[in-house]
Amino acid sequence: MPTTPRATYRLGVDVGGTFTDLLLIDQGSGQTYSAKVPSTPADSSVGVLNGIAKLCDRHGIDPTGITHVMHGTTVATNTVLEGKGARVGLVTTHGYRQVLQIARSYVPGGLGGWVIYNKKPLLAPLELTVEADERIDARGRVVRPLDEPALRASLSALKDSGIEAMTVSLINAYANGDHERQVRAIIEDVLPGVSVSISSEVIPEMYEYERTETTVVNSYVRPVVSRYVKNLQTEIDRKMPGARLQVLRSDGGLAAVDAARDNPVQLLMSGPAGGVTGALWIARQSGFKNLLTFDMGGTSTDVALIENGIAQTRRETRVADVTVLAPSIDVRTVGAGGGSIAYVPDLTKALRVGPQSAGADPGPAAYCKGGERPTVTDANIVLGYLPFSARLGGDMVIDRDLAVRAVKTVADALGRSVEEAAEGIIDIVNENMFGALRLVSIEQGHDPRDFALVGFGGAGPLHANALGRLTGAWPVIIPPGPGVLCAYGDATTRLRDEASRTFIRRFPEISDAEVLAVLDELKATAERALLAEGVAPDSLTVAYQLDVRYQGQGMRLSIDVNRAAFEREGLAGVARRFDDVHAQLYTFALEAEHELVSLRAIVQGPETLIRAERMETDGANPVAAEIDRSRIFVDGAWHEARLFDRSRLRPGNLVPGPAVISQMDTTTLILPGHTGEVDTVGNILIRPNS
Amino acid sequence: MPAKIIQTNDKPFAAVAVDSITLDIVENALRNARAEMDAVLFRTAMSPGIREQHDAFPMIANQEGKMIVGQFGSFIYGFIEGYEGTIEEGDIFLTNDPYSCNGAVSHLNDWLTMMPIYHEGQIVSWAAMFGHMTDIGGKVPGSLPTDAAQIFEEGLQIPPVKIFRKGELNQELHALLLRNCRMPHWNRADFDAIVAALRLAERRVHEIIARFGVDGYIAAMGDMLDRNRRAMSAIIQMVIPEKKQSFEDYIDDDGVGMGPYRIACTMWREGDKAIFDFSGTDPQSVSSINFLLNEEMFKMFFGAFLINLFDPQILFNDGFYELVDVRIPEGCILKPRRPAALSCRTHLLGRIFDIMGAVLGQGAPDALNAAGFSDSPHLMYSGYTDSGEWYQLFQIGFGGIPGRPVGDGPDGHSLWPAFTNVPNEFLESYFPLRIVEYASIADSGGPGLHRGGNGVRTVYEFLADGEISIHDDRWLTYPWGVNSGQPGGRSSKRLVRPDGSGEWLPSKCDRIKVKTGDLLYYDTWGGGGWGDPLARPSDLVALDCRRGLITRDGARRYGVVLRDNLSVDTAATDALRGRMAAERPAVAPLFNRGGSIDELRARCLAETHLEPPRPPTFAKWMGKAAA
Repeated sequence: MPTTPRATYRLGVDVGGTFTDLLLIDQGSGQTYSAKVPSTPADSSVGVLNGIAKLCDRHGIDPTGITHVMHGTTVATNTVLEGKGARVGLVTTHGYRQVLQIARSYVPGGLGGWVIYNKKPLLAPLELTVEADERIDARGRVVRPLDEPALRASLSALKDSGIEAMTVSLINAYANGDHERQVRAIIEDVLPGVSVSISSEVIPEMYEYERTETTVVNSYVRPVVSRYVKNLQTEIDRKMPGARLQVLRSDGGLAAVDAARDNPVQLLMSGPAGGVTGALWIARQSGFKNLLTFDMGGTSTDVALIENGIAQTRRETRVADVTVLAPSIDVRTVGAGGGSIAYVPDLTKALRVGPQSAGADPGPAAYCKGGERPTVTDANIVLGYLPFSARLGGDMVIDRDLAVRAVKTVADALGRSVEEAAEGIIDIVNENMFGALRLVSIEQGHDPRDFALVGFGGAGPLHANALGRLTGAWPVIIPPGPGVLCAYGDATTRLRDEASRTFIRRFPEISDAEVLAVLDELKATAERALLAEGVAPDSLTVAYQLDVRYQGQGMRLSIDVNRAAFEREGLAGVARRFDDVHAQLYTFALEAEHELVSLRAIVQGPETLIRAERMETDGANPVAAEIDRSRIFVDGAWHEARLFDRSRLRPGNLVPGPAVISQMDTTTLILPGHTGEVDTVGNILIRPNS
Repeated sequence: MPAKIIQTNDKPFAAVAVDSITLDIVENALRNARAEMDAVLFRTAMSPGIREQHDAFPMIANQEGKMIVGQFGSFIYGFIEGYEGTIEEGDIFLTNDPYSCNGAVSHLNDWLTMMPIYHEGQIVSWAAMFGHMTDIGGKVPGSLPTDAAQIFEEGLQIPPVKIFRKGELNQELHALLLRNCRMPHWNRADFDAIVAALRLAERRVHEIIARFGVDGYIAAMGDMLDRNRRAMSAIIQMVIPEKKQSFEDYIDDDGVGMGPYRIACTMWREGDKAIFDFSGTDPQSVSSINFLLNEEMFKMFFGAFLINLFDPQILFNDGFYELVDVRIPEGCILKPRRPAALSCRTHLLGRIFDIMGAVLGQGAPDALNAAGFSDSPHLMYSGYTDSGEWYQLFQIGFGGIPGRPVGDGPDGHSLWPAFTNVPNEFLESYFPLRIVEYASIADSGGPGLHRGGNGVRTVYEFLADGEISIHDDRWLTYPWGVNSGQPGGRSSKRLVRPDGSGEWLPSKCDRIKVKTGDLLYYDTWGGGGWGDPLARPSDLVALDCRRGLITRDGARRYGVVLRDNLSVDTAATDALRGRMAAERPAVAPLFNRGGSIDELRARCLAETHLEPPRPPTFAKWMGKAAA
């Protein structure tokens, strides 16, 4: 038995829509144990606890040895997607009740897009929005004090409206939050028991609509997330006393429980962040630090870029049509997945794929659940990429004839053969995903050929080789357990918190000493939660960023600042670096004045030093894993392909394409002219034959 | 004489067959390239007009200059025809002169850049971009004088010039341009951003050629044009009747006391061709509201409208141009003769969309939208701060999207693609002003089964002495309702001094002096209503009232009576709706304009606090376009 009295474990838990994945890592040996149990959507904590019990029982592990439970969750995301959040009230400055109603006046679509645009209902409806008579100016000075009695009267009128969460977002509160705190105190008095989110704490940044929307979304998901996290913590305390629960934030850092409960808007992309951090960890085990991650599921594909071991983050988070100002890993999503439907509109006779998806029900035509429209999965089956003898995570049956029949509808409309149409569907969906990969690479000034491409998710390994060809990103890395990658990410990432502040000043208007003082203040704020988690102060690492632009620009670039370098070079050095980055991204720099927009301190706990288990290499010949032969259709012709069982492939094996590699949760396609190499941690590295 | 195109390689492109899937891939790649052009521009530009409000438009055209992706149609062909010089690799052309490019840009503020994209010594594409510069000189800050009589008063005119020659910036010319602008650092940054976007398009085109070969790329663009032509041909046959349909609408005044000006349009189909004839439109104005309407651009408006109605997935390009015939009489307000002033063309540009919607919708009332926010009202505010620094704000306002077949019109939104408002916190931190109120105006959306969107009230408190200019319209005529829907509310502007005294400002004015502490009530207009307001569910009317989008009195315009707690008084509502239904004509007119021009004039002073405009007078030499 692996357990000794002193063995301690970290547990990564990823709750997905269908399955909950768990990964337990022995902090001493690095040995891992994984389990997959059905998710329990009504109360996800039930599934999590079932999984822990299963894992510990099966491997004879004492649950009290678990010191940390690290959790990626889609609870916040799903609350937004399903519209099942709290009933939210809002307090604005007098004259701004309709700040969400008018929003940014933006209408999506091109010329004439307004003809078909219908606006979604507000998350804080106008009938639950009241105004506070008060005013603060852009520099944070009080122009008009808060009229407390008037506000009490307005709030009293909301008493019986069933409000579950209140939001306070006052004009210019990013520069001074005093009035917001006063308003909060009054709400707590008039509407006791209702949680209150205030914009100067959730996101003290300029732009009233974005700040208000962000704070409202925080209120909207807060009761649900708070309840969930609290239940989970209670159960963990009961079964694993002393274990700390930490939740993965959208930016890939871990948050302490209290921070997660108070600022759940930071968790909207917790799920995808787990995938990216997991991909990063496993690829690092093979020595790769510059990565494009490519996570293709049933309805959509998430891509991100990791440079030198650090995932690119951005200042906003998007879930469906909700956009908030909260840092997130820069994950771009396209509506392209295995379930994406192919069709040919009558008017143009063009082949289109997605964004409509057959979803889980009816699913692809070949799944025998009544689907008739051709999907990407059906095209994969027609072409032999997805062997129809394979079973999909259970007992699902695949009927190739149904796939052929569905794809034929498109083939007939195009006047092509079924195989040609199927290959067209794959080419188009690959092109759409390529578009997303370009957004995170080329558009940000990175050459994808300097990166390796990590393919995961249920459908990623099928398409990753082709995406490698389009991007030139080699090798293409297929991790050993693409399905439990998120749990790996949860278990191996670090505690993280950050504090930021909008502080608009032209460079000549401020001194280097002033900047340092603000940075120190932000650092103190950011490390508070980590210190409360018991992290030793000397194990914290701090990174600083200044957001800078040319005075007059609307965007900002985040410039990383090292404290020692800043003491030496000051803002002049920052200005120089900004000019360089601007030129790199946009081809030109300007002789304009620089302007500081905001400052940020990012504090991280110690890095986990968990290593993947290494396996002995076992020769190049993969024949022991070969299970069958079949035909696949590539580049307009049928090829003889070998079929392999992933679980029997050994490190050192070289798998020549064309080949199809099956495993429980995914299928990997190696194209003709490419070879997959299994490395010592079990990754398959696909490269073109030179 | 057309321009001389210098190519070191004249080998004709091979006619290759492009399979439909490659075609789709090229199409997606070009769409992405266009989106990237926008992204680069918006991130690096400086003027709030481009940066926040996105008043700039990219395009990629084929080797002949036909637009493949973009939205304002192509002007390259016209440019090549009119430019007397050479076109060489590395050149970038700049113009802002509407009269030199047949209205491809329609006032001097829009700087249009065009760049040939070469591959192995041969032109394979064009990239172009135009953006609205905040100031290009002229007699007033913002360069949009409401009373200009000639284009010479509106700023620096740039006929097509090579601003980059073989990759080198023409520094002296560039310096000359900037010297004539009040905000040169904005023009400089905006211009650099535009050029960066062009270069990005060039890189993308080269990448596509590397993947598919130059012949494949050229052939794919040809096929994309054909594909669009086929799709549009089907739509035109489907929706444009052979019977003539006509509509007239108005610009209320010209900024110098005359109006309204009539725009008339008749549409019909002959075979597979749609014809739009603007005979009957008033002659050009003596002031600056003229709009030099490029026929190709009108085709583009028309195509965009149809595509959004029928299949938003259709790639919108020049392919269908020959299926549309646009006839605009010479010398009318849509085709003025040089040197007529053009700067304030924004009202007519917007109104064209109302007119087009109305002629198209007459044959199919179910698809007819009410009159929308067919304008971009502007506010300019400029002067010196206490420390002597020059500030200059140019801001575009928004109003009510009309009631439409698909639903209510959004309140305070933009009819223009990509446009967004400038956040008030941004304004307050960069300009000496405070926004005291920013809200939609209750009851300004036209009542209907689908309510028109409300206009916006912005209350500016000025914190420095300065001057303002205002550009707006629809203060006299109403945004019409359709299918029994009622008109939306009109615009107004009122300046209130700290002592409480106030004055109503005209819809178009310049050089209005404002002092610290003055309040400007800047009200835009609402969208017209769609369908019968008496049929709107009374619960929805009550909810709109609780949300502050209509008033309790306003609910009565829907025949809905609300109690003190704003719940529906069902009995009183039934009675009121019955009475209103009985009192109105049995058959409602398709359009409800809120009265004839004569009636509106008669009520003008009482309702708007402004004298009605004098009927316009036209010089004999101005083209009398009236039929």
